Amino acid sequence: MATLEIKDLHVEIDGKEILKGVTLTINTNEIHAIMGPNGTGKSTLASAIMGHPKYEVTSGSVTIDGEDVLEMEVDERAKAGLFLAMQYPSEITGVTNADFLRSGINARREEGDEISLMKFIRELDSKMEFLEMDEDMATRYLNEGFSGGEKKRNEILQLMMLKPKFAILDEIDSGLDIDALKVVSNGINEMRGEGFGCLIITHYQRLLNYIEPDHVHVMMQGKVVKSGGPELAAKLESQGYDWIKEELGIDDETVGQEA
Amino acid sequence: MTRRLDKKHKKGDDFKMTVETTLALTEQDVRSYSANVEEAAWMADFRANALAKAEVLAMPKPDKTKITNWNFTQFPSHTVESSIFATLEELPSEAKALIDGEQQQNIYVQHNNTPAFTSLSEDLKSQGVILTDIFTATREHSDLMQKYLMTDGVKVDEHKLTALHAALINGGAFVYVPKNVVIEDPLQVLFIHDNEKASLFNHVLVVAEANSSVTYVENYLSTMEHAEGQANIVSEVFAMDNAKVVYGAVDVLAEGLTTYVNRRGITGRDARIEWALGLMNDSNTISENITHLVGNGSSSDMKSVVVGRGSQKQNFTSEIVHWGLDTDAFILKHGVMKESSTAIFNGIGRIAKGATRANAVQESRMLMLSERGRGDANPILLIDEDDVTAGHAASVGRVDPLQMFYLMSRGISKEEAERLIIHGFLAPVVSKLPIEGVRKQLTEVIERKVR
Repeated sequence: MATLEIKDLHVEIDGKEILKGVTLTINTNEIHAIMGPNGTGKSTLASAIMGHPKYEVTSGSVTIDGEDVLEMEVDERAKAGLFLAMQYPSEITGVTNADFLRSGINARREEGDEISLMKFIRELDSKMEFLEMDEDMATRYLNEGFSGGEKKRNEILQLMMLKPKFAILDEIDSGLDIDALKVVSNGINEMRGEGFGCLIITHYQRLLNYIEPDHVHVMMQGKVVKSGGPELAAKLESQGYDWIKEELGIDDETVGQEA
Repeated sequence: MTRRLDKKHKKGDDFKMTVETTLALTEQDVRSYSANVEEAAWMADFRANALAKAEVLAMPKPDKTKITNWNFTQFPSHTVESSIFATLEELPSEAKALIDGEQQQNIYVQHNNTPAFTSLSEDLKSQGVILTDIFTATREHSDLMQKYLMTDGVKVDEHKLTALHAALINGGAFVYVPKNVVIEDPLQVLFIHDNEKASLFNHVLVVAEANSSVTYVENYLSTMEHAEGQANIVSEVFAMDNAKVVYGAVDVLAEGLTTYVNRRGITGRDARIEWALGLMNDSNTISENITHLVGNGSSSDMKSVVVGRGSQKQNFTSEIVHWGLDTDAFILKHGVMKESSTAIFNGIGRIAKGATRANAVQESRMLMLSERGRGDANPILLIDEDDVTAGHAASVGRVDPLQMFYLMSRGISKEEAERLIIHGFLAPVVSKLPIEGVRKQLTEVIERKVR
């Protein structure tokens, strides 16, 4: 079992504090969901853990089995077992999806022990079929001209190919129709198991109809303000967020900026 | 076949005196060289006249690059003797890698200034196709050469460097494709440069008659790191009515040369010229690539990639001039500048009065890898006609930190991520090169240069 531990994390962007002390522990074999209205710091948490260049961690810690993640370069974080499915993945001209994936896989392997082309293609084909992706998506340039739904599937394809210990999914459900949502959920459920932990960021309950979380957290004002089991998500679905705001005496739940 | 627009001069240009430079060779020298290489007799006068012009004409003035201190006229030796190759097996290994195995039957190899190997399939010969060195061409195809050599394409008297080129031509190739002949496989020309005292005054002439089609690919390959002397290179391409010419080139010339390379195309009615140029010189370079769309309905596609490194200074002009009706042009240039290299990209779409419904589109992108490099992309549209469409896009920027974040978040190292982005950035041109071996070579050169 591996553990991703976030302790009292404070994060700034352009000098403005967005995260004001987030604490969370995620073990492999657990699925956590972070819910909350827009602008409460959910995506900032995801990006800061991965090492996005725009976000500055001012205090707190992130560790995997005690190893300091914040000291690592972005690629080292990935090799330590982290994966971020991004809300807005970059488009990269001239680099095919397949070449990119192979570079990612080989980066985790020793020089001289690169994945064989045949094995790679077999695996890629089967995962793409599972995600109901067109064959030509492998040879197209990375995310270039992909529709919103194609980009999300492509993020999940990378997740399935790279097999990280911990995946953070940043609004993987936004902009997906119901069929695509099912496909994407199938991909994540396929990963579920002993060696895999997951943090799902969403503001819709509907994704959680397909992926049942073990733990649900609510973020407001840059902090986790409430945690519970799957029943918390169900309650949020039926009653919204106002009851939490009332309970905690929160007037404006955002951190004052789209984040 | 061609008409020319009056060159626009900035005020004051006409009064500027050019500094006289003494030329390395005399009239007597070029006449005896002409006799030595056993070219057609008229070439002696051609050279002598050009030399006289070279003495008085002014230097060209590439936009935004000051070349007054560059040496374009002095060189250690006009011609060097090099070995010939009995078979392609004897080529140096770097050169051999550029050839697609044994199936390449149509190839001319030049070793410094020496025509070293020529092969053309019986099939193409029987259809009247010509692929030969420039000296033989003047002898055996005198009429064609006299008709096209620096007459309608690049003129002898454009400026000092074209005149000097005409006077000193010491290599090059002639390609002729008769009417209605369609050549499927690429013709290849290989210029091997392995003598550091050699200068290259190569002239390439490609004539594709009506309804013909040909793919021509040339490589300039310096096999040493440092050289002295000049590379003053001119190519002229004529695509007659409804002909198609694909012209691919990879230039890898050594640091220390001064390179002036002028590649020009002229189109007949409904003709098309496609350029795919990998400009990978380590020398200071002035490159000029112009197509005149003369025939109605003709078109040109001009793609170039550039990598600059060290303290290299380069200037690249890509220009398409629309004379005919319904002419269509697309210029695409991508460049990567590292260290303290400098590059100027001049993209010019020029539409002459009367070129109704012309379409001139261009895109220049430059990626800067260091703080010290300098890049400048100048899109220029000169339009003298109302009923036309035109567009341009230009950018100079650094590697996008979000792209880096995305790639690295999958475990890819910083160096590898940068490598992927650079190759991806250059791919739109690299992937267009028509010969597998040449495409591979270009990829490898890029790899070496950006590392």
